[in-house]
Amino acid sequence: MNILELQNITKRFPGILANDSINLSVRKNEVHALLGENGSGKSTLMSILFGMYSMDAGEIYLRGKQEHITNPHIASDLGIGMVHQHFQLIDAFTITENIVLGVEPKKSLGRINLSTANKKIEQLSERYSLAVDPTARVQDISVGMQQRTEILKLLYRNAEIMILDEPTAVLVPSEIEELMQIIEILINDGKTIILITHKLNEIKRVAHRCSVLRKGQYIGTVHVNEVDEEALARMMVGRPISFDVQKSPHKPKKDPILDVKSLLVRDSRGLVAVKDCNIRVHPGEIVGIAGVEGNGQRELVEALVGDRPVEGGQIQFKGEDITHASIRYRIEAGVGLIPEDRQRDGLVLNFLLYENLAMKRYYQQDYSPHGMLDIERMTAFSDTLIKGFDIRCGNAGNTLTRSMSGGNQQKAIIAREIQKSPELLIVVQPTRGLDVGAIEYIHARIVEERDKGRAILLVSMELSETLDLSDIIAVMYNGHIIDTLPAKQVSHTELGLMMIGKNNGHT
Amino acid sequence: MDILDIRFDKRIQRIVPLIAIGSAGILGLLIILITGGNPLALLRGILRGFLGINLAAIGTQNPIFNPRYIGEFLVSAMPLILTGLSVGFAFRTGLFNIGAEGQLLAGACGAIVVAFMFPDTLPRIVFLPVVCITGMVCGMVWGFVPGALKGFLSVSEIVVTIMLNYAALFITNYIYLLLPHPNTVKTEEIPFVASMESPFLSDLTSNSRLHLGIYVIPFVVVLYWFIIDKTRFGFELRATGFNPRASKLAGIHVASRTTLSMGIAGAFAGLAGVMIAVGTFNYGRVLTGFENVGFFGIAVALIGANKAFGILGAGLLLAGLQSSQPILQAQGIPRDIILIIVAIIVLFIAMQQGIRNAIEASLLRRMVKTRRQEESLSP
Repeated sequence: MNILELQNITKRFPGILANDSINLSVRKNEVHALLGENGSGKSTLMSILFGMYSMDAGEIYLRGKQEHITNPHIASDLGIGMVHQHFQLIDAFTITENIVLGVEPKKSLGRINLSTANKKIEQLSERYSLAVDPTARVQDISVGMQQRTEILKLLYRNAEIMILDEPTAVLVPSEIEELMQIIEILINDGKTIILITHKLNEIKRVAHRCSVLRKGQYIGTVHVNEVDEEALARMMVGRPISFDVQKSPHKPKKDPILDVKSLLVRDSRGLVAVKDCNIRVHPGEIVGIAGVEGNGQRELVEALVGDRPVEGGQIQFKGEDITHASIRYRIEAGVGLIPEDRQRDGLVLNFLLYENLAMKRYYQQDYSPHGMLDIERMTAFSDTLIKGFDIRCGNAGNTLTRSMSGGNQQKAIIAREIQKSPELLIVVQPTRGLDVGAIEYIHARIVEERDKGRAILLVSMELSETLDLSDIIAVMYNGHIIDTLPAKQVSHTELGLMMIGKNNGHT
Repeated sequence: MDILDIRFDKRIQRIVPLIAIGSAGILGLLIILITGGNPLALLRGILRGFLGINLAAIGTQNPIFNPRYIGEFLVSAMPLILTGLSVGFAFRTGLFNIGAEGQLLAGACGAIVVAFMFPDTLPRIVFLPVVCITGMVCGMVWGFVPGALKGFLSVSEIVVTIMLNYAALFITNYIYLLLPHPNTVKTEEIPFVASMESPFLSDLTSNSRLHLGIYVIPFVVVLYWFIIDKTRFGFELRATGFNPRASKLAGIHVASRTTLSMGIAGAFAGLAGVMIAVGTFNYGRVLTGFENVGFFGIAVALIGANKAFGILGAGLLLAGLQSSQPILQAQGIPRDIILIIVAIIVLFIAMQQGIRNAIEASLLRRMVKTRRQEESLSP
């Protein structure tokens, strides 16, 4: 029986048809995955279902009855709940306070009855194995627990249909496994779950059926156990996808372009984060730094680009000592950076796209002769990048960067950096939160740079990405490079052990 | 038309401040009605404050139009526009300049001191620019201090500027009393060649205090727009204001941009001080407290959305309202009504997102309604 049916949902944004007459039927008590690339219209569709956007055309049937969901309250009253990708929690409130917000149980004189609420939440958390401490403040709890709080919020409001928007994007592997188990428990209890994702292995793991969207259009629905990951990927992207990075054997030059010698760097709290760190990168190779998050990778990268003072040791670039050079000097000398957090480090979200694309060029005579911006020149430059890197945006260079999808924001940064083709490109978490199509594209562009004879330093928390992309792997542990070895010589498991400081015989 | 087309529609962006001002006016009228006053008198007073047209004089012997009011209105508008530009400029770099008050006092004092330093035989074409530039430099220095502290040592510019306001007040008072002074509230008059006085402009506006500053304001407003929107430096300032971290990683020297931005903001406020000191009064005034021209600059920048021409308009608006205060007072309407209206304007501006949402919602409702009608008409 279909608990939910969406028919001919159409939604137009300026310059983009986000949903083009989409049909979707969700059966009661199934995990229904909604798969699609960044910007394919998944989130728009779910926002319409949840009453956050109004649709231009189409109908929603819930339990066989047509409903007009014009705001999230109506959705909530109808038993539809949504866990957003960015959690909607108040940091200073406790878990209980967050959960009851808006539907507080009252005592006399309008006082909130927190003890009743606490009790109910404890029962719920026990029943669904959602381990939380109801009295803990959100600011003190892990991301995983915040997510469980969001799920409890829905359960507390008796949601029957739960929409989870990219739930694993923010989780570490062990938390992902816990979430998968929670989803199974919820299904056993009769709930219906719509899982928005672009991670194929998660779909294979928990989903029953999967509907695919591509560029705003409905492609089809399949039973997950009847298809393999490759078929899903093909449906999503519209062409065969290779999961392996295609690359030729690397031919590095003999002299390193970057030579870091016994580097010492402190973190923001003043503690030693990088110590006695030695690393070399040659033109024409990709060196991947493997390590558990928080082992000094961030501080190392910051020191290399000039964003963090170096207390000891030396950074040599093209034979020149740049240990204390300014950021701009290093950029000019040929150090490029694709930063860890595109919104925090890479882009000015309130800028128009062309301004962001010009961020590393605007000061040059060509783009601002005599200190005056040549806006025409900048726009023309951004047009070539938008075309060359297939950045999708509603209004070309004049699109507000904030309004673009995450994948396209990342493409904008990649375009800006790779267009300069710097001799050393430092790449941090280049594909976080992106779909397979975009990942494939970005990997290919990075390998292309390597083949052009550029040196790449890759920092990624995704072990498989580091293994696939790198020629050389440097294992970082406790601020120190404990081992450097060719990527081909090490397996996933071995590398995992080395990352937690267990050296398994390689030296 | 779609809700998002509405949201991206720039026209709404322009309508919102007008709605805020209109609503504030209506509320002001209501308050007068409630307190038993004559709302028409308020409107007449405001009209007279802006344009010098006295409707009450129609049919009497008194002149209906008195250009002196326009002159005085512009005299009070000029410093407000400049402090508005000062606050707005810092704001575009992500800095909150509460120190326009102190920078203004520093600028005024610098101008007065220089005016007494040289003989009055110096040609005006040399003397006056020196006086103005010195004032601007003094304001700039008063802005550099919090800017450098913020940029290089991450000290809150809010705290530093507030403290420097008091420092400016007491230091300038001390300095004025070192200059020749007939009494303890003001210095002697400065020589004509050091002043912005303009007999021509004054004559034109029946002996108002309108001075040469009126020729300077348009240049300054255009300069503000030009620096912010058209120059490399402005690009860096805007980038720093929105996202200092990404700007830094792109190679922008955030600390120096912060310092310079506050310095330039200080120069704008300093020029406001110059205009008050050697334009409006022509002597140094020993003040017992702030006159709030700098603080009103915050409101001006807010209403003008930190844009050059927005600030120009907002400065004129606030100054016009202020100049109608004495007129209202004379008619038995409490002058504070103007403060209430200004406060309500600021409040509405602060709520502009809410106003936009309301406009969008009503447009949306109308859209849905017409669509339903279309649907019911088509079989």
